[in-house]
Amino acid sequence: MKFKVLIVEDSKVSREHIAAAVESVDGIEAVATASGFEALKLLPRQRFDLIITDINMPDINGLELINFVKKNPNYRDVPLIIITTEGREQDRTRGMALGAAGYLVKPFQPEDLEALLRRFLKPL
Amino acid sequence: MTPGGKALAEFVAEATEILDALGRDLLALDEARDQEADPEHINGIFRAAHSLKGLSGLFGQERITQLAHAAEDLLDRLRLGRLTLDDQVLDALVDALDTFQSLLGETSRGEEGEDLTRRTRAMEDRLARMGSPPPVVEEDPLERLELDASVRAVFTEYEEHRLRENVRRGVALWRVRAAFDLSDFDKGLADLNARLKPLGEVISTLPSSRPGGATGIAFDLIFGAKVSAQELEAGLQGTPAELEPLAVRPPQDGEDGPAFDLPRSPDAAPPPSETPDTGPVTAPRAKRKKKGPRSQPLALEAGETRPLLPVDTATSGPGTALTGAPSSGVTALPLGSPPRMRAVESPSATTLGLQSAASAPVPAGRPRPEETSLRSLTQTVRVDIGRLDGLINMVGELLLIKANLQRLAETSRQDGTVALSKLFGQELSRETRQLERKLEALQEGLLEARMVPVGQVFDKLARLVRRIAREAGKEIDFVSTGGEVELDKLIVEELSDPLMHLIRNAIDHGAEGPEARLSVGKPRRALLRLRAEQKGNHVLISVSDDGSGIDESRVREVALSRGLVTASQISEMTRRELLNLIFLPGFSTRSSVSALSGRGVGLDVVKNNLGNLSGIIDVWSERGKGTAFHLTLPVTLAIVRALVVGVSGRTYAVPLNSVLEILSVQPQDIRTVERREVLDLRGQTLPFLRLGRLFLLPEREVNRHFVVVVGLAQQRLGIAVDELFGQQDIVTKPLGGRLSGVKGISGATDLGNRRTVLVLDVAELLEEGIAQERRRA
Repeated sequence: MKFKVLIVEDSKVSREHIAAAVESVDGIEAVATASGFEALKLLPRQRFDLIITDINMPDINGLELINFVKKNPNYRDVPLIIITTEGREQDRTRGMALGAAGYLVKPFQPEDLEALLRRFLKPL
Repeated sequence: MTPGGKALAEFVAEATEILDALGRDLLALDEARDQEADPEHINGIFRAAHSLKGLSGLFGQERITQLAHAAEDLLDRLRLGRLTLDDQVLDALVDALDTFQSLLGETSRGEEGEDLTRRTRAMEDRLARMGSPPPVVEEDPLERLELDASVRAVFTEYEEHRLRENVRRGVALWRVRAAFDLSDFDKGLADLNARLKPLGEVISTLPSSRPGGATGIAFDLIFGAKVSAQELEAGLQGTPAELEPLAVRPPQDGEDGPAFDLPRSPDAAPPPSETPDTGPVTAPRAKRKKKGPRSQPLALEAGETRPLLPVDTATSGPGTALTGAPSSGVTALPLGSPPRMRAVESPSATTLGLQSAASAPVPAGRPRPEETSLRSLTQTVRVDIGRLDGLINMVGELLLIKANLQRLAETSRQDGTVALSKLFGQELSRETRQLERKLEALQEGLLEARMVPVGQVFDKLARLVRRIAREAGKEIDFVSTGGEVELDKLIVEELSDPLMHLIRNAIDHGAEGPEARLSVGKPRRALLRLRAEQKGNHVLISVSDDGSGIDESRVREVALSRGLVTASQISEMTRRELLNLIFLPGFSTRSSVSALSGRGVGLDVVKNNLGNLSGIIDVWSERGKGTAFHLTLPVTLAIVRALVVGVSGRTYAVPLNSVLEILSVQPQDIRTVERREVLDLRGQTLPFLRLGRLFLLPEREVNRHFVVVVGLAQQRLGIAVDELFGQQDIVTKPLGGRLSGVKGISGATDLGNRRTVLVLDVAELLEEGIAQERRRA
């Protein structure tokens, strides 16, 4: 069975970029959404093995999404990876404090993402 | 198109969309220069710059990436309050947008000019140098807000900054809690946001982290209200929102701004100015309590959890009375079962956010411009116009096949010698009619897909107006109406240059300076109007000003001195004809600019541009009162209905949208006035053009003429033809090569029975009719 990764990123370009990087790894299927709201809708309906989220987004921000996931017994074990822009240390630190498993700084190399995915999705 | 070319086109299309959004927010800021900037707009521009950086980086567009990076950097400083938005910064941003547009223009043409590269570098430096940091505040106002640390932990740096700003200004802060059905909570929230926006600032939207039932979800919105509690409550009528004030301690030392903490003792004197005496929260809560029992509380709020944002119960005696203890606050939440919730908000949940925003009460004296959200952009699908053209051509060809089928059906129905064949013919013609209806619907749909609101151009022009006016030292009120009128995408695109030209002229030379205006008793600020209006198959666009107008006597002098007309011609001209001389090529030169209020700078180019769109331009002006240019444009260029006519054995098509009427006249009805052939039409003199003569065809003796009266705007012309064949939809294809310059012909079309005929260019014929008379004179 394939691992399923949820991508939450409002910028279309970034979203497609991340999705492509995720799907380039064998055994992973990516579901990409443009907002935290969409993610909130998808979470109860599908099982995800990992979530990748941006921080600065309209509607709810990525930190709020992390908090939501981590406080909810149904999802709290799903590892979260933050993807942020450089120069956003505070946001990143907060995300990690809220329970994110790892982070990447844009622009990132697909290999870095793959390494993180392999770390959290086992056996891959 | 090469793969690279396709990727490039995609980049350009997407970047354009981003720049449009950026431009809109920038315009909103620019329009409100004197007022405090709306953080929403600054954040919107920041996002746009951020997206643009990501996009251009991905496509290897180095120059745009660099500039976007500089812009994002500046905007981030602005957004986080590390830089103050003043005129200098705003001007720099407006200029940066211009630079982006130029860069994108070069990119789309596959160029990379050194000139622009230098300009871009300079722009980057300018953005980087911008501004001084705002005064430092010693105490962090956020410390005064009673807010659970776990809540603060989920704010982004930006949200935290906004919250800090609101506290510092003494804005009343509320927690707005609402629960929704999981399936459509985003609609509900969008509605709630639309209601809240005119009343203040939504700082953050926090999803409740409590495990919900399968179908419900609750949100806490942290809201800074700029209206009183009563107004806020009224604005939220009918939504599932519950209000709770957030307590703020007063500043330590005399920091300015009112304090909005909760009263400290029961008989504490006047509640904070924004809090009404009645007690802001009890009223709605009591009311909602009544609803409570009828609705089934959701599992997710079952009392075991503490509120996300506890109120300051320790310090506020009456605060407890006002807001209730945290636990009771939770149980009193208006959490209906999902179906019930939908019923409560059904009137608003289905309407779009903008509409509900419009219906929400807007506090007097604080008009908020309606904003289009970035979200709406995702509702549209971008299609390359070339693809649409291809589809439309295909429909055109299908229509031709249909015409052939129709003819076949008709023939077999009439000539059918055997009964079977006759029946077959009837069947065939019935099916053909069906096909015709469907094809018409398809055609209509495709044409609609090409339509875009002319407001797209108007928005861009509005930005331009402000800039030119500033540069020229003029004070201009710019009013545009009819932005919702729709035109073919192609026409809208082509329209921006001519309109820009006219507007620039109007500001540079039409509008007088403030002092000059005051001295002649006009209001200080000049009025520049841009108006679009649909009239049947045409759209009228006018650019008018209340400036100094055009000096007719100068027009006369210049036209004569340049040998564009003779003295006798000028003496016969009406005022309108005289004014329209300014469109003649060679009329305007730099030297005549100032003397003529600058009208005429390249107006022949404007006229040509419009001519290419089958449109025409007309000018009206009154000395001292102003000038108006009227543009008449077809709604679409793609498929037009045409009148098929015959002249000397040849067939031509005349676009029906410019045909006003058809007359039958006897040769003796044609008079010659001043060596021009004219007709009398209901007391008006109508110029008369023999198409056969124009195209040098052998003339036939006829005992009557059909006269097709065509007109655009106020110009009229009677075109004499020999025969009328009927109407048909045509797709005009341009004539290639050397034929493309033939006067009076806009292209060729296929009439279906494998006959290709020429399509008349009515705008050009109107010109030609007049010019010809002039030459003959």
